Amino acid sequence: MEPTGFDTWVLSLAVFLPLVGALVMMLIPKAYEAELKLVALGSSLAALAVGVYSAFQFDYGAAGDLQFVVDKGWIDVINSRYIVGLDGLSLPLLLLSLVVVPLCLIYSWEHVPEPGNTKAFFILLLILSTGMNGTFVSQDMILFFVFFELVLLPMYFLIGVWGGEDRRYASLKFFLYTLFGSALMIISFLALFFLSKDSSGELLHTFDMRVLSDVAGAGIIKSTQVWIFAGLFMGFGIKVPMFPFHTWLPDAHTQAPTVGSVILAAVLLKLGTYGFIRIAIPFLPEGAVAWAPWIGLLAVIGIIYGALGCLAQSDMKRLIAFSSVAHMGFVMLGIATLTDFGINAAVFGMVAHGLITGMLFFIAGSVKERYHTLEISRLGGLLKSAPRMGWILGLATMASLGLPGLAGFWGEFPAILSAYNPGAGLPEETFRTYMVIAAIGTVLAAGYLLWLYQRTAFGEPPEEFADHEIADVNRYEWIAWTPFLVGIVLFGIWPNLIFNVTDDVVTGITASVEAIVAGR
Amino acid sequence: MDVLLAFARPSLDWHALAPELTLLAFGTLITIVDIIWDARSKQIMPTLAGMGLLATLIPILTLAVDGTERSMFGGAYVVDDFSLVLKALFLISGYVVVLMSVDYIRDGDYYENEYYTLMLTSLLGMLMMSSSRDLISVFVALELLSIPAYMLAAWRKGGPRSNEAGLKYYLMGVFASAVMLYGMSLIYGLTGSTTFDAIAQEIGSGPSNPIAILGILFVLIGFAFKVSAVPFHTWAPDTYEGAPTPVTAFLAVASKTAGMVALIQLVFVAFLGRDDVVQPFFWLISALTMTVGNLIALRQTNIVRLLAYSGIAQGGFMLVPFAVAADAPARAIEAVVIYLAIYAFMNLGAFTVVLAVARKTRSGEIDSYAGLFQYAPGLAVAMTVFLAALAGIPPAGGWFAKFGLFRALLDAGGGWAAGLAVIVAVNTVIAFAYYGRVLTQMWFQPVADGDEQPIVVTGALGAALTITLLATLAFGVLPGLVGHFGEVSVLSALGG
Repeated sequence: MEPTGFDTWVLSLAVFLPLVGALVMMLIPKAYEAELKLVALGSSLAALAVGVYSAFQFDYGAAGDLQFVVDKGWIDVINSRYIVGLDGLSLPLLLLSLVVVPLCLIYSWEHVPEPGNTKAFFILLLILSTGMNGTFVSQDMILFFVFFELVLLPMYFLIGVWGGEDRRYASLKFFLYTLFGSALMIISFLALFFLSKDSSGELLHTFDMRVLSDVAGAGIIKSTQVWIFAGLFMGFGIKVPMFPFHTWLPDAHTQAPTVGSVILAAVLLKLGTYGFIRIAIPFLPEGAVAWAPWIGLLAVIGIIYGALGCLAQSDMKRLIAFSSVAHMGFVMLGIATLTDFGINAAVFGMVAHGLITGMLFFIAGSVKERYHTLEISRLGGLLKSAPRMGWILGLATMASLGLPGLAGFWGEFPAILSAYNPGAGLPEETFRTYMVIAAIGTVLAAGYLLWLYQRTAFGEPPEEFADHEIADVNRYEWIAWTPFLVGIVLFGIWPNLIFNVTDDVVTGITASVEAIVAGR
Repeated sequence: MDVLLAFARPSLDWHALAPELTLLAFGTLITIVDIIWDARSKQIMPTLAGMGLLATLIPILTLAVDGTERSMFGGAYVVDDFSLVLKALFLISGYVVVLMSVDYIRDGDYYENEYYTLMLTSLLGMLMMSSSRDLISVFVALELLSIPAYMLAAWRKGGPRSNEAGLKYYLMGVFASAVMLYGMSLIYGLTGSTTFDAIAQEIGSGPSNPIAILGILFVLIGFAFKVSAVPFHTWAPDTYEGAPTPVTAFLAVASKTAGMVALIQLVFVAFLGRDDVVQPFFWLISALTMTVGNLIALRQTNIVRLLAYSGIAQGGFMLVPFAVAADAPARAIEAVVIYLAIYAFMNLGAFTVVLAVARKTRSGEIDSYAGLFQYAPGLAVAMTVFLAALAGIPPAGGWFAKFGLFRALLDAGGGWAAGLAVIVAVNTVIAFAYYGRVLTQMWFQPVADGDEQPIVVTGALGAALTITLLATLAFGVLPGLVGHFGEVSVLSALGG
């Protein structure tokens, strides 16, 4: 289906409207703060409106096909084109990214974190938004790479300028880790470019992801696939982050300003898992089959290690950060099974983790603002001093530990279940072992989350804050948080909202992997 | 001997020589104007020099539109698309350097007219270098561009550091020339010819000859000095730090480009038959240069020294495609040319910011950049773009340059090329560690002495910043612009 008229502009607008907003803001002097904020919110809401429009126009009967495709010349000399498109895999993630940014702007409306400078803060958030949206709709590897990298600098500055005590260390660590991954990733992209052949054995020399997905690594021998996959694994695995490359995450999360943590958790980490599903597995099926047991192993190590890490934390924000490592472990386990059941669960898990952990970071930020500390041992009695916030925290922790009926459940439970019966060519015993370990991980998750909730929300408010007036959820927080809470409950009750959309794409991917494994 | 006796005037193609002649005319004009009007003429010197450079672009455009390949002096001097692209690059870089120099040279009360005359002379040598296809013309061009540069490096003659800079540069430069000449004599003795085409035919055929290998190595090592490749780089940091900053920018960009241009011709035309020597040599040199340059850069506290070592490392990146010269010649040349073009703008831009900031802080320490974002956000953002470009982060231009390297390496394929690609990747990360330090100072630190007076950017510096910033961003978002020139130059460089 060729898009016509306005539909050809939809994706480009969703991607670039925030950037246009950022450019306009650069021209407005710093003193006009109200106008600056309006431009920022306006452009991000406009992008969201376009995104919502695309969600309504989207043909859900053909969710497996790319829609709103635009294919224009870009860098002719290297045969790279400006190709964007939206399918059932991109749509939920694009919407997630489009929703999160305006909410973060609203949350920061009245108080941009120290050292202030609303203009720069909002501009960086908008540039970040363009990078994230662009990554989810790119259908050309070079375009994907440019957007994937575009998020680095804004996030580096968000952490480095507006972050906590150790912000310089954390921001640099974040940057160097991801830069290393993406440098290896681009090598793999180029290897795909030079080595991919079509069915008749002709070299393709293309970065077009639609084509590469169709040929599915034909003409690249298995040992080469394994190497190329290794480069992609570094690029995406560091971003996820997978054990043992996860060490940048707790630092970055702990030091980042609240909205930085929220965006990091809600969207940035998903760029990595999205890369696995969109690029690594469909382009290199044999490499994926060879790597899958190892990815599964690292995933379950991540689950257990993250959980144990959580139990050892005394800082609320750091605890949530480690829980991210564990949750992304479940997502990666789902992906590693190479089954449609597992990958669907992974995509659901990505969205659910985005909403839930994003929500938890929001609360952590608000707690920090009120108590000026996140030391769990000094907190307590949140249900008494700020009951609404206490209940919201309760809901978010329950969702995070995977309570049925809330969104977290549908990411975690099917992912574990899918490991019982992994895709063709994968060792059954190994994955069943992983399944058992992952199940233990959920118990640990319940442990650390309930323990966190108990220590922060139950009991009497501590002595030292007895004289403080702890304000409950304020207006801006309500606006920013409600969509998160609605999403957590809605997707929990009605998971097919996401599963139905993603299923066609995921089935397509797993079917092609299976066909290739069977044909070997 | 008959040839010498029966001398006939070689036919001259005036159109082909028009760029060189225009530049020469303006260089002479500056001197004459100075003699006639003396002190009163100083104001117009930079304008005159800038006009000369822009005027020289006109014949280059007409030659490009004309499009025929012109060869003179028995193939020793060739005007083709490759040379035109590089000549244009030299002239534009030269123009930006003139813009950078205006206030610096005037405020320091240095010898203005001589400065611009020498700069134009050096650029003339570079224009010649782009067209030289013969050992002798390469050598003449090299000396023509180097000797003025020795003097420019010592321009602040009151300062001991500047003198040191000039002297070191001169001694090492002369030494390199001697080594190179010796190598050239060996090659000439072996092949009986000085033109690259003839050398290529002789040297590639027949069994391996140790004399030929020695000759090739000596010539390459001579140029390795010029492009400050490790382990022949020791002069560069001291010279860069001591020389006046605009001159440093000139050396780091234009002079290095000239060395690379000569290497392209030597490696891809003359010595291509001996890839058994050339490829391992450059594999080793490039790996060493980028790694050592980056590691030492990590420890620098002075911004100019940091840029000097970063320049060494960038030079190492540029040498990478030479390591696959025979395996993927087209992609390799393209990668070098594209790298040179993007590097010129991003590096000149970084030096321009350094100049602008130093006008206020009077310091070259990285610490003095603390809090730059607070009081000079425009400069801080510009510097961020340039450093991001140097580090190779999209959407600033440098990523496409690095991408070109990877493309050449993977096109060549094989374990060695892939290994070098991984070394490049690791070095990209190391490089960000020190570029990031400058970013950290500018963005994350409070203003050092509480002096939040904004920086006044003079008109000339502002123009230089605008040109470099626009080019750096344009190359990043629409790399096709520079990619096209790369492609054009490949066709002509390999076509001959």
